[in-house]
Amino acid sequence: MGLDFGVVPGYLGALSVGAGWTVVITVLAGAFSIVAGVLFAVGGLYGHPLIRYPVKAFVWLFRGTPLLLQLFLIYFGLVEIGIDLNAFVAGVIGLGLHFAAYNADIIQAGIVAVDRGQTEAGRTLGLSRYQTVSRIVVPQAVRDVVPALGNNMIALLKDSALVSVIGVAELTLSAQLAISKTFRPFEFYFAAAVFYYVINLCLEAALSRIERRMEAAR
Amino acid sequence: MSTTESEMAGNGPMIDVKNAAKRYGTVEVLRGINLQVRKGEIVAVIGPSGSGKSTFLRAINNLDPLSSGEVWLEDVQVNKPLTSYQYERHINRVRQDIGMVFQHFNLFPHLSVRQNITLAPRMLKRLSKQEADGLAEQQLRRVGLIDRIDFMPSQLSGGQKQRVAIARALAMQPKVMLFDEATSALDPELVEEVNFVMRQLAESHMTMIIVTHEMGFAQDVCDRVLFMDGGMVVEEGSPDVIFRNPSQERTRSFLRKHLKGRN
Ligand SMILES: Nc1ncnc2c1ncn2[C@@H]1O[C@H](COP(=O)(O)OP(=O)(O)OP(=O)(O)O)[C@@H](O)[C@H]1O
Ligand SMILES: [Mg+2]
Repeated sequence: MGLDFGVVPGYLGALSVGAGWTVVITVLAGAFSIVAGVLFAVGGLYGHPLIRYPVKAFVWLFRGTPLLLQLFLIYFGLVEIGIDLNAFVAGVIGLGLHFAAYNADIIQAGIVAVDRGQTEAGRTLGLSRYQTVSRIVVPQAVRDVVPALGNNMIALLKDSALVSVIGVAELTLSAQLAISKTFRPFEFYFAAAVFYYVINLCLEAALSRIERRMEAAR
Repeated sequence: MSTTESEMAGNGPMIDVKNAAKRYGTVEVLRGINLQVRKGEIVAVIGPSGSGKSTFLRAINNLDPLSSGEVWLEDVQVNKPLTSYQYERHINRVRQDIGMVFQHFNLFPHLSVRQNITLAPRMLKRLSKQEADGLAEQQLRRVGLIDRIDFMPSQLSGGQKQRVAIARALAMQPKVMLFDEATSALDPELVEEVNFVMRQLAESHMTMIIVTHEMGFAQDVCDRVLFMDGGMVVEEGSPDVIFRNPSQERTRSFLRKHLKGRN
């Protein structure tokens, strides 16, 4: 019994819907991971000790444990304490927090690398610590680390396949459903890989556009 | 403010530094400096590298807090002893009245020239966009850069950057301007355009304290010169006295090195 890609076109619609959800999850979790990454970075650097240490512990925990476990914990575990999230929300939160931990590290390094003179100039004008951080330091730090954040977004896209295990009907799960009906794993996993590759190309194109615009504002 | 206080503010010095001392660990960087600057007065601070000029200047707006001593801006104590929360609010208010210009400009690279100037007035004085833009235009005309209003800092020469930095400080309408070697980082041919702006500012009777290595400029523009060495004011007086007839040997030997080819 050889390979037969003839079965794939019949499922292209289902795979496309799955791919669409993969894009949605990636965009939502990515945006969440960057916003939360900035907050963790700022909280970890400037926060009151009561904020700083929990944030650091949290970042350390989310970087040091498997994403799969985190997804199980959020989706299956939280139910026990009365937090019953649907699979999609749990997936976005899990992916978002996991990558927020990585983004926080990158953004912290960016913040530390911003010239001291920038803070001094802001404070000299009368801006508060918070105003200086939020309007002067963080925008420059984020701009400087866009390439590294971009790499994390690409990793996030690929790791989004993991949310299939908690039952989110994204691209990987769509392929698995097709396989369960046709018993053609190679064809459908291959087709899914092609979809991921195309989404990845689009993401990289978008990232390099953003990078170019950031570069112009230097 | 009571009537007597506001009357006193009119007559007293604009800046009054009393017995300023600063230590880093066991190293004494400032050893008891006193300085009174009248409204409209222009004071130059000169001295060898490491003598504490920057530290002293930066103590005036508390960027480098003193170990002991007092700094007053009119009737407000800049380094008032307060709890850290109260002090943060106090100093943010006080710093709005003290403009500062740095050796390395410190423009905000992610913001246009216009945004560099309008950021603080908009956030702190709650100006509308129109009012703030008007202010930016006014200050940029003053420094001759109105045609650069929508440029990014990276598109400017060093001299232009420093003039924008001066415009940014002036947009807060400060009572005093502090300059820490505003021209030291510039290519020689760009120094004069910044000096020109500072001269204009002097003519408009801005109160200024200018740390400089340019003896000629200090001599031309300033009302008074402080010579610092080893964290102390070794000698102070009118430019004529300091540059032509200093009484201290340390001043003379410093000037011999720095006035080569002048006068
Ligand atoms: N953060 C610091 N920690 C320890 N020592 C410091 C610190 N900042 C400054 N100093 C020391 O304080 C002294 C005065 O420094 P300051 O920068 O005020 O000198 P300056 O007169 O401005 O010199 P220059 O002409 O080179 O700018 C120097 O000996 C310097 O090494
Ligand atoms: Mg200095």
